[in-house]
Amino acid sequence: MIRLIDVYKEYDNGTKALKGVNMRIDDGEFVFLVGPSGSGKSTVIKLITGEIAATEGRLMVNGYNLNNIAPRQIPYMRRTLGIIFQDFRLIEKKTVYENLAFVMRAIGASNRELRRRIPYVLQLVGLEQKADRYPGQLSGGEQQRVAIARALVNNPSMIIADEPTGNLDPQRSLEIMMLLERINELGTTVLVVTHEEELVNKFTKRVVAIQDGRIISDETGGYYNGEKI
Amino acid sequence: MARKFDAGYYFSEGFHSIFTHGFMSFAAVCMIVACLLIMGSFSLLAVNLDHMLGDLEAENEFLAYIEEDYTEEQARSLQAKIEAVPNVSQVTFVTRQEALDDFLEGRETNDLLNSLPAEVLRDRYRIHVADIERLKETSEAVRQVAGVANVRAAVEIAQGFVLVRNIATGVAVVLIAILAVVSLFIIANTIKLATFYRREEIAIMKMCGATNAFIQWPFVVEGMILGLTGALIAFFAQWGLYQLVGKLIIQGNGLSLVTILPYTAMVKTILPVFCGTGALIGVGGSLLAIRKFLQV
Repeated sequence: MIRLIDVYKEYDNGTKALKGVNMRIDDGEFVFLVGPSGSGKSTVIKLITGEIAATEGRLMVNGYNLNNIAPRQIPYMRRTLGIIFQDFRLIEKKTVYENLAFVMRAIGASNRELRRRIPYVLQLVGLEQKADRYPGQLSGGEQQRVAIARALVNNPSMIIADEPTGNLDPQRSLEIMMLLERINELGTTVLVVTHEEELVNKFTKRVVAIQDGRIISDETGGYYNGEKI
Repeated sequence: MARKFDAGYYFSEGFHSIFTHGFMSFAAVCMIVACLLIMGSFSLLAVNLDHMLGDLEAENEFLAYIEEDYTEEQARSLQAKIEAVPNVSQVTFVTRQEALDDFLEGRETNDLLNSLPAEVLRDRYRIHVADIERLKETSEAVRQVAGVANVRAAVEIAQGFVLVRNIATGVAVVLIAILAVVSLFIIANTIKLATFYRREEIAIMKMCGATNAFIQWPFVVEGMILGLTGALIAFFAQWGLYQLVGKLIIQGNGLSLVTILPYTAMVKTILPVFCGTGALIGVGGSLLAIRKFLQV
């Protein structure tokens, strides 16, 4: 579960990125966070992942209170999150399997756990046949599915996808969203940050709209509940 | 499910990382070799001088002459007092007669000396010191003992040796300090380069919840491997250098005043010291380079 209570964020250069954001995401939800560039979407993600600290306000992520978290606790908080980026961020010189093994080892999983878990998540994203390929040998959609598998492999309670379809054509984008929807149905909370209106409107999900550092709408339905701003 | 310490993983990552920036690694190893060689050479010089000083201490006795009007018993009674002087390690009483006999030995052909009475010489003590650096003050102190008329000590020779040894030690310490710092920075740069090559991996590891320790260990291992490699190369290079220089000194020194300790006798000290210093510089450099990962 994620809770932001009256969160303000002012960067060192004086930019006021968030001006009193309140948001609650319960376990098992599927939420779109939408808004134009510079609206504060990325700041919300950075706050949740512990990359930056809020200037003011309270912030809870999966049972961790980020207001007074000890720095050495942050890695353990991050293990409850699986993060997906627009640019995939796969390691080019490692195979699909190794990319997944890498993040499992990073949190101390044994080889036995690797052998059990990796084929399962690859099958979940439909890439069980491509475990030995390198990222460069895969299409953009396939690479993003590897990134999703990587986010899932450590069994997080929540997936955060930051513009996951930004580099993909509409058909691949739809496939990725459907995959995320399926993952959500299997019990993982999903937060998708995007500005792709058409894509959001294809699903009937909760949409939180942020603009100019404030939440301007939070309803279930389409992008801004169908209203254009 | 988490295992705390995966040594195999850290070692394999650290080892492979060395070859992703081979030239820097090579430079780092060379620097450590140079540092250890200079450190070793000066240390060995100091050790050898110290050893020679030890010989000198063992051989170097000074004489304390007793007042002429003291009887032998009175003279002998001074032994305890002289032994009580600080830094005196061994005291031998020599009677006039013994001194004369010593003197006449080898001079039997000289008739003039045959009839020399023992009374022309004084009773004396041969005195050994524990620390030759303090020869001067010790001989002065012995001179202050009532009944001692005079002392004769080769203070200059002792001082010369002590001076050379102290200079060698001082130069060694300064050079070691400078080179250690330089090596530390070279290692730190190598590791920084390694972290640069792997910045993507590090970012991903951090994002998925790897601890700082987990991220750091491969780099610490890399630094340690570089340090130990340098130490081993330096150990053998030092061996060759030592034998070569030793041979040159022996050849150029007919008097054999100078004795040189065999390298093999010191291996048990040199190898651990080299490896320890190498590893310390390697690990220190790594930690210096990856400090920033301590912050989240």
